[in-house]
Amino acid sequence: MTTSGKNNAALCLSAEHVTKIYGGRTIIRDISVHLDEGELVSLLGLSGSGKTTLFQILSGLSVPDEGRVLLKGEEMTGQPGRVGYMLQKDLLLPHKKVIDNVSLPMVLRGVKKEEARRAAEPYFAEFGLDGTQLQYPSQLSGGMRQRAALLRTYLAAEGVALLDEPFSALDMITKGQMHAWYQDVMERIRLSTLLITHDVDEAILLSDRIYLLTGSPGEIRHELQIRPPRSGRKDFNLTPAFLDYKREILEILEKRG
Amino acid sequence: MRERLENTRRNWPALCAFCLLLLLWWGLCASGLVPSYMLPSPQSVFLAFVNDFPTLMYHASISAQEAVYGLLIGVALAFVMAAVMDRFQVMERAIFPLMVVTQTIPTIAIAPVLVLWMGFGMAPKITLVVITTFFPVAVGLLEGFKEVDPDEINLLRSMRASRRQIFFHVKLPSTLPQFFAGLKISASYAVVGAVISEWLGGFEGLGVYMTRVKKAYAFDKMFAVIILIVIVSLLLMGLVDFLRRIAMPWNHVQEKNAAEQGRHVRM
Repeated sequence: MTTSGKNNAALCLSAEHVTKIYGGRTIIRDISVHLDEGELVSLLGLSGSGKTTLFQILSGLSVPDEGRVLLKGEEMTGQPGRVGYMLQKDLLLPHKKVIDNVSLPMVLRGVKKEEARRAAEPYFAEFGLDGTQLQYPSQLSGGMRQRAALLRTYLAAEGVALLDEPFSALDMITKGQMHAWYQDVMERIRLSTLLITHDVDEAILLSDRIYLLTGSPGEIRHELQIRPPRSGRKDFNLTPAFLDYKREILEILEKRG
Repeated sequence: MRERLENTRRNWPALCAFCLLLLLWWGLCASGLVPSYMLPSPQSVFLAFVNDFPTLMYHASISAQEAVYGLLIGVALAFVMAAVMDRFQVMERAIFPLMVVTQTIPTIAIAPVLVLWMGFGMAPKITLVVITTFFPVAVGLLEGFKEVDPDEINLLRSMRASRRQIFFHVKLPSTLPQFFAGLKISASYAVVGAVISEWLGGFEGLGVYMTRVKKAYAFDKMFAVIILIVIVSLLLMGLVDFLRRIAMPWNHVQEKNAAEQGRHVRM
């Protein structure tokens, strides 16, 4: 069940007819998106299309003017703390050791520090972070820091994560490595993920589905299934099928941009 | 070990300059260019220091106590005020200007008034130290609170952290560098503040002893006191540095990283 559809997977997170007005300006209008269990969906859009606004609403940090947000069928509009949220900046707290950064979501929920550390420990190997537990974030490379931030997001989430351009601050080579690593780790941890990106290649490479968010106010203009299963996408970006997807997306973006 | 070596290498210019100054002082006195009643020679100051040592230590302990108590109360006060001002914007607008005004009142002018109100004991001295020390710490903390990355706060909010949790997990730790910068300044003010308030009324302490030897024209003893005040101030500042290292181990790691990178670049 690597490709998913509405029929064979449970609905995980969804926004229904969400509109946000900020200082008299409509930022996003009537947006409905949904994310199924175990699915990775990208929100692809140019800057200024309201991607981050939509994410703040989905994470519960911001309340929409119209519409609502559902998590596993239960309304969670304006309630933060239910889904993991990761930004482009890794935002690891410099004064906490890596393991304490990662287990912070548990500590905030009232788990004792030692217990939270024990619970986080097994994931370090899985995320390729073994040996960094007692280091400070400043001692880690950019890629490692993103992984640590991702692990923290994973531990904060009830199986759902929102990633806001998580790889866009990395250099090209590191980014490529992170993509490969990410595809691999996602196979194992099955985190339902909604990914914001403005990188078309990244979206096609990583996603099951892509929403194209364009215009001002931002609206969903197009929804696209990426057919090949996520697990078999090694060197997918060198195939003609990949280029067809890319052409289709770019045409839409340029036409509406 | 290696670190110590590194430290010596970094500090030798200061050490040389200090020795040179001492030599100059000695030369001026030995050559007779400056008469000894105007500037006592280094040897005589050293002798005065040694001969008066028990008395000096007694008075120094009084002044140091006043400085430390004042500093502790000052820091606690700064802490509460900064936290309140950070939490409530109105309070900042109300209190901050008043805080600035307290810093423009000359210490010398207010010390006798404090003596009048509180007597000749330690209370007026400690009060004066509090007034001079809380300001740099409060300003440091307040600046620190303001410079916290709003995204870090948003991140914690996305994890449903309470205001208290945000304060202790993000705001407080990230303000520590500014806090310690302010505390170091305050530590240097504290001893001087205590001594000045002792000048203007009291029975014991380095300031009192200083006025006594001045009246007796014992300038060698007076210089010995001045040097002792410098030593006490430096010790207190050293203590602050030591605490800073303990309180912020991550900073130490960062400095080491930076130093290593610097070394590679220079090579």
